[in-house]
Amino acid sequence: MARLTIDDLKKIKEKQKAAFTLRQGGQRAKVTVHMGTCGIAAGARDVMTTVMDEIANANVEDVIVTTSGCAGLCSREPMITVEIVNEPPIKYCDLNATKVKEIFKEHIMGGKPVEKYALVLGSETTY
Amino acid sequence: MAEQQQYRANLMVCAGTSCVSSESFKIKEVIEEELKKRELEKEIGVVLTGCSGLCAAGPVLTIYPDGIFYQKLKPEDIPYLVEEHLLKGRPVKRLMYKIPEKRAAIPTMMDIPFYKHQVLRVLRNKGLIDPEKIEEYIARDGYQAAAKALTQMTPEEIVKIVTDSGLRGRGGAGFPTGRKWELALKIEADEKYVVCNGDEGDPGAFMDRSVMEADPHAVIEGMIICAKATQSHHAYIYVRAEYPLAVKRLQIAIDQCYEAGLLGKDILGTGFDFDLDIYQGAGAFVCGEATALMRSIEGKRGMPRPKLWRSAVKGLWDKPTVLNNVETFANIPQIILNGADWYRSLGTVKSTGTKVFALTGAIRNVGLVEVPMDMTLRTIIYDIGGGMKKKGRKFKAVQLGGPSGGCIPEEFLDIPVTYEAIEKTGAIVGSGGMVAMDDSSCMVGVAKYFLDFTADESCGKCVPCRIGTRVMLDLLTDITEGRGKEGDIGTLEDLSHDIIATSLCGLGQSAPNPVLTTIRYFRDEYVSHIRDKWCRVGVCRDLATFYIDEKICKGCGICLKACPSKAIIGEKKKPHKIIQELCVHCRTCYEVCRFNTIKVLPAAARMANEAELMELAGQIEAWAGIEMEEVE
Repeated sequence: MARLTIDDLKKIKEKQKAAFTLRQGGQRAKVTVHMGTCGIAAGARDVMTTVMDEIANANVEDVIVTTSGCAGLCSREPMITVEIVNEPPIKYCDLNATKVKEIFKEHIMGGKPVEKYALVLGSETTY
Repeated sequence: MAEQQQYRANLMVCAGTSCVSSESFKIKEVIEEELKKRELEKEIGVVLTGCSGLCAAGPVLTIYPDGIFYQKLKPEDIPYLVEEHLLKGRPVKRLMYKIPEKRAAIPTMMDIPFYKHQVLRVLRNKGLIDPEKIEEYIARDGYQAAAKALTQMTPEEIVKIVTDSGLRGRGGAGFPTGRKWELALKIEADEKYVVCNGDEGDPGAFMDRSVMEADPHAVIEGMIICAKATQSHHAYIYVRAEYPLAVKRLQIAIDQCYEAGLLGKDILGTGFDFDLDIYQGAGAFVCGEATALMRSIEGKRGMPRPKLWRSAVKGLWDKPTVLNNVETFANIPQIILNGADWYRSLGTVKSTGTKVFALTGAIRNVGLVEVPMDMTLRTIIYDIGGGMKKKGRKFKAVQLGGPSGGCIPEEFLDIPVTYEAIEKTGAIVGSGGMVAMDDSSCMVGVAKYFLDFTADESCGKCVPCRIGTRVMLDLLTDITEGRGKEGDIGTLEDLSHDIIATSLCGLGQSAPNPVLTTIRYFRDEYVSHIRDKWCRVGVCRDLATFYIDEKICKGCGICLKACPSKAIIGEKKKPHKIIQELCVHCRTCYEVCRFNTIKVLPAAARMANEAELMELAGQIEAWAGIEMEEVE
């Protein structure tokens, strides 16, 4: 990355904002795997690998996977957040490989949230 | 709230992340302008709310009491909307939200107490951004505050805004951050240092680790601003090596900053130079103490020095040094961007803003939470924490502030988590470890656990701490193993006061706190341990006899299966029995029983034959009812 100026900060912000909300990012879905120490200890790496494998198996290119830190509710890790374009994000908790496969098939590919594994709908709040 | 009820209508503007990024703040501004223009501002309230979950339709707005939901608003829609809906009472159909055909029955964040009561400032990026990508941090207003501080503000202005915000050191002591910075700024020196304390050592605390892992750039940005405010050009982040992921992500963040010109020479082309390094600590608890930490960075053995002068005057390598906690630094960018008044809008006059707590223990929702500082312990434990994890168990105490803090009993649950209120109970806010305990915890055992920790971690430089904590630990060990004598409680209290008064550093000065608070609030437990040789919850295995109340036992067999020494016998669906000769007093049966069948008697009951035991068991109510005499 080149050395930034203050104007660059604004440009990066604008550019990233689009990707954030998936509105103009060209992707259909984004899966965020929460990988703080708590998540990793509970098996987040396994969840991550499963998501990657599922994407490879399904041969889709419009689903992006990203990692993030602890989502706050450490006792319900591993957690992922699934965002489908034009839908509110959904957080899933207490995951394992089997559950992730089901979520991938039903929600990410099928567009139907898997209620039984879902914790909450919506994104972290800011005030 | 009383004020809100006077409004004839309330406008709830969604301020969830997604709506904010689609400019809901701008919408709110325009609405307020418009209301003012039409002199409606006294009749209609405008409130920012958390994410409504319909981010795709943002920015969204709900008007109460009508409950009408508007979506995809643009600033230019507002005048029309205000005029039609609020003045003429005609909802604007074209802006209304169309209800989708099916919506999953998943609760939104505002439906779940764990999320509802939280206010995210320090943790605003937690779980949202990829901590290893600087672009994602920048997209969330990252480094805007640093840019503002470097280009538009003088050091004095930065210090003033931090002072005005009322931010106090989040590492535990609560020293006003602005005053510390002011001190360092005013001193003339050829070199000054900024140090970030990430040596989080309290058992049960993981706030700083999570911040460093989830949002390392926020810490770095806070430090850049501090450097400008104190005219310092070199900094260290002191992180314990036990936090490998935090170290890794911080290092990635620092490397990215150097590459992007946010660290190093001529930051953002402003001519300001600032270097930042990580220093990994070897995990000694005492190295969280300011002076010991600095000695450790200097490459010497981490031991504190007498505080003849403040670190802001003479710290690292005898140069003026500002040492702040991870969470304190992570607060700074938001204060610079939003102003001191914004920060003060939460909390109390003396304890402003929010505090991050690591909520653990016998609680349902273990996790990292951020709440306004005027929230009560009860809300945190029962609403956010979801109450006790085990069914049928009651709350007993909450341990705040780790080994330096204390245990707060049920009767104080309605106090707010401010520095002043918590201090009055004998505990401290500390760095934010919050361990909830249910009624199966032995408070003498808890005190012993923490003292065991501090006695172990005492650096040994001063006598009161090195020997005093050891003597106290020996006394507590005696008490929990049945060798307690009359007068032990008094000795513990005397020793505590002496250690607090004469120790060199914060470790010794606070080490007796867990003992003092448990004596203060749970004296009857100490008495029971010493006089009756009875740990009523069976934690201290030398002071307990376990037996099964045959009147209640349903013969479910769970304890029988769980018992490691096969001391429990009985047929299915018939009351079980513990064979005392085989029992190792491990308490497993007590923990697994779902019907509260396992009772705990004093150690002396082990000698009783079966008939006597039953008789004793019959007397248990009487035992429990014995009035506690002083054992001093």
